[in-house]
Amino acid sequence: MPKHELILLKNMMQPGYTGSLQDYERTGGYQALRKVVGKVPPPEITGTVLKSGLRGRGGAGFPTGVKWGFLPKGYQGPRYLCCNADESEPGTFKDRQLIERDPHQILEGIVLACYAIGAESAYIYIRGEFVLGARILEQAIAEAQTAGYIGTNILGTGITANVWVHRGAGAYICGEETALLESLEGKRGLPRVKPPFPATHGLYNKPTVVNNVETLANLPHIINRGPEWFASIGSPPKSTGTRIFCVSGHVKRPGNYEVPMGVTFHELIYEQAGGMRSDKPLKAFIPGGASAPFLTPNHLDVKLDFESVAAAGSMLGSGGVTVMEEGTDMVWAALRLMEFFYHESCGKCSPCREGSAWLVQTMRRIVAKRGRMEDLETLVDLCKNIEGRTVCAFGDAEVAPIMSTLKHWRPEYVTLIHAAEAANLIRLEPAVVRH
Amino acid sequence: MLIEKYKSEIDSILSRYPVKRSALIPLLYLAQRDEGFVSEAAMKEIAVLLRLTPPQVYETATFYTMLNLKRVGKFHLQVCRSLMCALAGSDTVIGWVKTRLGIGPGETTADGLFTLSTVECLAACGTAPMMQANEDYYERLTEETFDRILADLKKDGTCSLKTGPFMWPEPAPVKDET
Repeated sequence: MPKHELILLKNMMQPGYTGSLQDYERTGGYQALRKVVGKVPPPEITGTVLKSGLRGRGGAGFPTGVKWGFLPKGYQGPRYLCCNADESEPGTFKDRQLIERDPHQILEGIVLACYAIGAESAYIYIRGEFVLGARILEQAIAEAQTAGYIGTNILGTGITANVWVHRGAGAYICGEETALLESLEGKRGLPRVKPPFPATHGLYNKPTVVNNVETLANLPHIINRGPEWFASIGSPPKSTGTRIFCVSGHVKRPGNYEVPMGVTFHELIYEQAGGMRSDKPLKAFIPGGASAPFLTPNHLDVKLDFESVAAAGSMLGSGGVTVMEEGTDMVWAALRLMEFFYHESCGKCSPCREGSAWLVQTMRRIVAKRGRMEDLETLVDLCKNIEGRTVCAFGDAEVAPIMSTLKHWRPEYVTLIHAAEAANLIRLEPAVVRH
Repeated sequence: MLIEKYKSEIDSILSRYPVKRSALIPLLYLAQRDEGFVSEAAMKEIAVLLRLTPPQVYETATFYTMLNLKRVGKFHLQVCRSLMCALAGSDTVIGWVKTRLGIGPGETTADGLFTLSTVECLAACGTAPMMQANEDYYERLTEETFDRILADLKKDGTCSLKTGPFMWPEPAPVKDET
């Protein structure tokens, strides 16, 4: 028996569970939909979600009920739900498992959300690489349509909720909700200036809610078992429910682990994921995807909830926990993440577009042992001129690896630079980087 | 012409969206499936279909890394090089491609069979190192499985080592209670 009760991964852990409609119905699937659709007024559903304390599982952790509440009241005309299945934050691979192993759990959540916010159309924006996931979802949608759970007359109530799968095409930024909307409109995935927020001006300029896969998958359970039940799990009042944490890197058993929020990193890494792979001590870990600042072994007792990780100077983010053992070169690790951000910067805001190129260039020079001591100040200066100066949170994210490794492992940078000075190999890099 | 060849599929794509331009990426995918890459002729045709200007199509097509504007090999190997895979040895995988096929990132073998691209995170960090070959994921790569994948792809066009519906760690085997 697992130590903690599973909610989202429970079905798929049953032997022989295929994720088909039949299997899902057998485990009580679509009961939540039957219970409320056409029977409970939509605002009450929003109230239930609000009371459950459910917060977005994509990264920002915004309360789901509050987000729904921002939709304009009494608005006549179409409104949309978008399910964010772009899952592109390095270190994160939970949505993929939810989609491919239990697609109806997500679909039931989507239809419940559509009913609550009055949307008749929902788009699942899935990252382009998940070809199998898109196929599985399309098949599940067809099954649900035949059974009357999705379509123009859900369970004979006359209520409409159509669901479509829309594949992205390989752009990290499209996980940002307004870039996702731009991409869904057939444009380059450039984040929009906010306000206005998607709640009033979203897809096709209509009121829109964008929710993460895992967020939506929680909805049937909240409806079935009640908001009080959900709010009692995890670390109430601010971080309720479970989260699926994706553990990667130097551990014995990497993978997806669903635990109540509020367990410690120590438990996640050493109990759930089996501890370090070669029994070398832990050196560093990233707590919430590539955008989250690195933490150290001193932070192992920090609780995995939104507030505790924020208080420790990082963020719970997408739930991607990457573990690094003693001997990992932290400057190299920061460079690898920086190269990711450089590759994925959408190019809209100059601080991010130009700054990421300068950061990569400076970091590469240091790693190649051709750095100079003033490069460290240059890095900090660049980071400070990116952070908070861009349209979306990408700018804040891209400086996190460098700022946090400089904070905790500055001597490693200094050693590399001293090696450069000793070898007297200092050369100037070309000033222009090919983008 | 795409419209003659895929009339019903194009109609079905268009029917999903209240605004035509939303069908752009799906149609670019269709063009890529047809020719192996997105050609200029296809982009012009799509522009007409969606009542866009060719530059509007081009600006979208050039933003997304999965849309190939140039021909790639029959098997497009995409090895993830992001930190999580790098910690598990993705640079070694890139080395295997080099020694087996003689190609580096961005290159295609002379026989046109394989193209190597290095890509950023494909959401398989717990099963690193990994690569995607065309539509399929291959994870927890070892030298042995890697060689088998290359051999199978050459021989059969596919390999049984590809990942099915993803779950990791796999559930513990059921214990016989009797």
